[in-house]
Amino acid sequence: MGNGTELGRVRGLGSAKSGVHHWWMQRVTAVANVALLLWFVISLVRLPGLDHASVLLWLRQPVAAVPMLLLIVSVFWHLRLGFQVFIEDYVHDEGAKLLALLALNFYALAGAAAGIFAVLKIALGA
Amino acid sequence: MAANRPIARPISPHLSVFKWRFTMAVSIIHRATGTALAFGGGVLFLWWLLAAASGPDAYATFYTVARGPIGILVGVGLSWVFFQHLLSGLRHLYMDTGAGYGLAEARSSAVAVFAGAVLLTVLLWVAILSTKGL
Repeated sequence: MGNGTELGRVRGLGSAKSGVHHWWMQRVTAVANVALLLWFVISLVRLPGLDHASVLLWLRQPVAAVPMLLLIVSVFWHLRLGFQVFIEDYVHDEGAKLLALLALNFYALAGAAAGIFAVLKIALGA
Repeated sequence: MAANRPIARPISPHLSVFKWRFTMAVSIIHRATGTALAFGGGVLFLWWLLAAASGPDAYATFYTVARGPIGILVGVGLSWVFFQHLLSGLRHLYMDTGAGYGLAEARSSAVAVFAGAVLLTVLLWVAILSTKGL
């Protein structure tokens, strides 16, 4: 803990009071992932083929595009939360930890944005 | 406070001296598979989607690699990783309710995760091979 002042307590690096929300969103996205990824795997197996035409035909339907968008958000959110804990547990150097967390956030957001863009481009038929 | 006299307290065993058990293995592998899915799975998923959105040429490159021996090997490996993480994740959700912590029950659920992941991987690839061929 710090030296007894408010600022000292902050510098003491105690709880940031957001752990429960992190834990809870990890579980919410986990449950969403179970449903969305089972749908995804079963859908791919049931497609006539995984060639370009079959995939486009499938993803152009709203019943495929919308769950795919939800899947991308849920999966990249879940991996961001999960790997954050991994970094916090195993990277002890403060500078390296900060860079790793920054890189993780960039990867998760850029990955989700790229995936969402791809689905929208296919679904909206550009 | 006692003096700074060293006391022979039990110390936490390090990774190298843990005795391997199903329960601890399922926990470690949950993290390992999560990491593999987050980056390996994530990047391959994005490659597939972006290739599909980019056009026939980009998709042909992906498709050739995916159907080649390396693609199949990675596919089988990644599907096992997925099922392993899925089942150990469901085990986590079950244990989040406060259930399943008895020694015998925790052990059998851990064994079930390993067995189930292999079984589901085999079933998936039987389904893929029987509907699509190689």
